[in-house]
Amino acid sequence: MTTATGRSAGTGADEKPEHSADRTRRFGPGTPLRAAAGFALAAIVLFAVAPLVLGDFRLNLLAKYLCLAIVAVGIGLAWGRGGMLALGQGVFFGLGGYAMAMHLKLADAGPGNLPDFMQLYGQIDKLPWWWEPFANPVFALAATVLLPVFVAFLLGSLVFRRRVRGAYFAILSQALAAALAIYLIGEQGTTGGTNGLTDIQGFFGFRLDDPLNQRAVYFIIAACLLLMLALVRQLMHSRYGELLVAVRDAEERVRFLGYDPANVKLVAYMVAAGMAGLAGALFVPAVGIISPALIGVVPSIEFVIGVALGGRATLIGPVLGAIAVAWAKTTLSEQFPAAWTYLQGLLFVIFLAFLPNGLASVAGLVRRRRPAPADRKAAQPKSVPLTAETGGAGQ
Amino acid sequence: MSTQKPAGLRIRDLRVVFDGFAAVDGVDIDVSPGDVRFIIGPNGAGKTTLVDAVTGLVKATGSAAFDGQELLGRKVHHITRLGIGRTFQTAAVFEELTVLQNLDIAAGTNRGLLTLLRRRKSVPDSVAQAMETIGLTSARDRLAGTLAHGQKQWLEIGMLLVQDAKLLLLDEPVAGMSQDERDTTGELLGMLSEDRTVVVIEHDMDFLRRYARTVTVMHAGRILSEGSVAEVQADLKVQEVYLGHAKATSQALVQEV
Repeated sequence: MTTATGRSAGTGADEKPEHSADRTRRFGPGTPLRAAAGFALAAIVLFAVAPLVLGDFRLNLLAKYLCLAIVAVGIGLAWGRGGMLALGQGVFFGLGGYAMAMHLKLADAGPGNLPDFMQLYGQIDKLPWWWEPFANPVFALAATVLLPVFVAFLLGSLVFRRRVRGAYFAILSQALAAALAIYLIGEQGTTGGTNGLTDIQGFFGFRLDDPLNQRAVYFIIAACLLLMLALVRQLMHSRYGELLVAVRDAEERVRFLGYDPANVKLVAYMVAAGMAGLAGALFVPAVGIISPALIGVVPSIEFVIGVALGGRATLIGPVLGAIAVAWAKTTLSEQFPAAWTYLQGLLFVIFLAFLPNGLASVAGLVRRRRPAPADRKAAQPKSVPLTAETGGAGQ
Repeated sequence: MSTQKPAGLRIRDLRVVFDGFAAVDGVDIDVSPGDVRFIIGPNGAGKTTLVDAVTGLVKATGSAAFDGQELLGRKVHHITRLGIGRTFQTAAVFEELTVLQNLDIAAGTNRGLLTLLRRRKSVPDSVAQAMETIGLTSARDRLAGTLAHGQKQWLEIGMLLVQDAKLLLLDEPVAGMSQDERDTTGELLGMLSEDRTVVVIEHDMDFLRRYARTVTVMHAGRILSEGSVAEVQADLKVQEVYLGHAKATSQALVQEV
């Protein structure tokens, strides 16, 4: 969690600190110029390099990874900066995904028709009332983000005011993810059950089996990712971002300054939920399916693993971590399907034990090692943002 | 800094009970506006619990009012917003934030959402002034966690300054400080008390003799004695309690007489 890494934003490159005091200003505002350069570089990679280098299949995979990265950006804010180990982001990802998929299914079926799966095994002849508003594209699009935000608001209001935190918060989130998945499986007639909502053909009038349209979907996702990064960067460097770190490290102390920490946490949690919802919505046209298996306990944990690997308190760390984990999963599970799960667990343990600040802290460690070993030693404990609470929950 | 009229603290029949044990057992205290009141007493006398009750950290019965406003039953952050500030025995600053950020957060209770969501463009005047007062201007961009113990305590006092608290409750502000640091803290205390009401919990008798205006002695959850420094030192009950409980402190007390 150094400013250097926070600052390098999109670059992850080799800028050097202006002077040694720079290290102590880790939460200090990053220079806008450097951030702009980082975003420009990220935009070039996402919009020019990747489409040129990757074939249709790989680009589509990248689109999927970028969706997971959007979830990770939100978790980075809620967990890395706010200390809330959000182990149930699958709930919000699922709400966003299902909201989008319901609209697309209805659009595929055409006005007045039932989606195909309802005709198959629904034994119903009328669209359930809660499906109806999703026929409206504006409502559905708004719901992909606002529904998760609203649920996070209800949940956060209850949980944070009762001072549920740390491992308890993580377990509660996890249980919700499990509950939603189980509910969806149980309601096969109206939600598609275990299969989920599949075989989605069109996306607001464009056919999704057209590679050109798939590219367009990729570009939309990449643009959303950059937008979310900019949003979280603004939040991190704002006064609110400083307050959020204060709440993370000493929640009780903040009360004695006249703030209600529950509200501070609630905002970050809602933002993270909204991002997960958006990611879920974008995931549907990219992959063509949303199902309980994609939003339950396991995917919720996978979201967090990527963030932990990348560096949860940094801006770019969660993005890189999420992409790396998703990529490794695809590549390795193609060759060693059984080994991936174990490897994933091993990675998680190794990172928590030896690199608690994730990949993003490697640059900082190397830089510190070079000038003066003693200096690095002195600065190292400070670079560990784990409070007892989040640390305990993280394991 | 503050232009408000100083106001006083009025505590009536305050009781705090933990599992049947009365840590504070029916305490009446009046601290008049502008006073510097020291609360002393043996360990376990209920001094910190009293402050915890007034600031909303523990549940209490009875009444504690400041400036006519009842404090008991309100939430911690609401009590703070009524102008009550406190420090803790162990300095509680945000170690991962800089001195400037610590103070800026303390100064920002009344900021609107839009201000919060923007970056700090410049250092607020009250923050700059407080940094000057507590002598940490040159440490502006250092992480609070890297400060020396005394500096952390001053940073906490600085946070009270920018918070514009009207009643300050300081829990052992000079514990673990060197003599020089104590002197500086004493000067800060003098400055703070100019337009605020100050309550200090302290064990250090030398510090008390130099900076207290009035003293309350607590023992086993009750008030044992109250008055000026000289009056309290002359009180036989006080001497007795201190003889029975803490020899070193009693000697210090007797020496002052």
